[in-house]
Amino acid sequence: MHPVRKKRLITISAILVIIGAAVGLMLYALQQNINLFYSPSQIAEGEAPDNVMLRVGGMVVENSVKRDSQTLAVQFEVTDFAHKVTIQYKGILPDLFREGQGIVAQGKLNQDNVLIAQEVLAKHDEKYMPPEIAEALDKAKQKTESN
Amino acid sequence: MNWIWFHKLGSPKWFFQWANKWSKFAFFIGVLLLTIGVVWGLGFAPADYQQGNSFRIIYIHVPTAILAQSCYLGLGVAGIVSLVWRMKMAPVFIKAVAPLGAVMALIALISGAIWGKPTWGAWWVWDARLTSVLILFLLYMGVIAIQNSLDDMQLADKAVAVISVVGLINLPIIKYSVEWWNTLHQPATFTITAKPAMPMEMWLPLLLSTLGMYGFIAGVAMWRMQAEVLVREHRANWVKKEVLDNGI
Repeated sequence: MHPVRKKRLITISAILVIIGAAVGLMLYALQQNINLFYSPSQIAEGEAPDNVMLRVGGMVVENSVKRDSQTLAVQFEVTDFAHKVTIQYKGILPDLFREGQGIVAQGKLNQDNVLIAQEVLAKHDEKYMPPEIAEALDKAKQKTESN
Repeated sequence: MNWIWFHKLGSPKWFFQWANKWSKFAFFIGVLLLTIGVVWGLGFAPADYQQGNSFRIIYIHVPTAILAQSCYLGLGVAGIVSLVWRMKMAPVFIKAVAPLGAVMALIALISGAIWGKPTWGAWWVWDARLTSVLILFLLYMGVIAIQNSLDDMQLADKAVAVISVVGLINLPIIKYSVEWWNTLHQPATFTITAKPAMPMEMWLPLLLSTLGMYGFIAGVAMWRMQAEVLVREHRANWVKKEVLDNGI
C-alpha cells in the first residue's frame, strides 16, 4: 500500500478505536439508565429507589391476576423466576397482556415494594408461529403432562 | 486477490456504463421480489398465534430496518475509502445513498411505532433499540444537512465522510442493544447460529421482501449516482458524448 494511504488508514482506524472506546465507556457508565426496566430481583435487593417513577419488567405469574369486578383496577405479580413483585394498576391492559406473558409496568414503588403502575406495556418474544401450530404444541404439552 | 474491479468502479466513466447495464436489472428484480414478498406476507402468510394479523407489518418493518443499517454500513465503508484512497466514486456514493438510508430508517421507525401501539401498548418507548435507531436516522439527517450546507464540494465530501465513518460505531450498538440492555423490543428472530424462530411460511416472504428491498434500493442508488456523476464530470468529454448520443 502507498505509504501516504497507509498513514491515513492508520489515523482513521485509531480515531475509530478511540471514539469506540469513549462511547463504550460512556454506555457502560450509563448502563443503569439505559436499561428500560428493573427486574424483580433488583427490586428485592433494594437497588430501585422508592417514590421515584421507574419501570419493572417480568413475566406475569400464573393465577396471580385479580380483577376488581366493579372497576378497571387489577392486581398481579411479575417474576423473573427468582423474585416476585406485586403490581397494582387501574386502566385498560394491552391486548397481549396475559398470564405467562412478559410485561413492563411504569409507576412508583410504595413502602411495601408494591408497584403502583400508571402504564402497563406488553413485551413479546422473538418467536412467531401460526395459531394452529401453537395449539398443536399446547395439546402435545398437555398430553405429556397428563401422562 | 484481484482488485481491478474495485479500481474500475472508482472511475466515474466506467461506473456510469456499468450502472447503465445493471441498474434496471437490480431495480426490476427488486420490485418484483418486493411485490411478491409483501403481497404474500400481508395477504397469505399465516397470522401469529399471539399478535394475530398485526404482526404482518413485520414484512415492511424488517426489510426497511435492515436496509437502513446496510445503507449506513455502505456509507461508513465509502467514508473510509473516500478519506484513505480518495476515490472519486466514494463521495458520490455517500451523497446518493444517504437520503435513501434516511427514508428507510424513517419508515422503520414509523412502522415500528404502528406495530408497537397494538402489541406493546405504546407508540414509542425510550428503550435502547428504539433510541439507537432514532440516532441512526439523525446521523443520516446530519450527513444530508452538512452535504448541502457547505458550498465547497471537496470540503463537504470530506466532512460527510468523517461523520459517516464515526457513525459506524452506532451499528453494533443497534445490533446488540437488545442483548446488552433490558429493552421492550424483542431480541433477534434470525441469528446465524440458530434456526429462525418462525416457520418457513412466515420467513420465506420476509426473505423475498428483504432481498427485493435490496434490489430496489441498489437500482435507485445507481441512478442517483449516475446523475451525480454527470453533474460532477460535466466538463469531461465522455459526458458530452454520452449526453449527445443518448440524451439524459
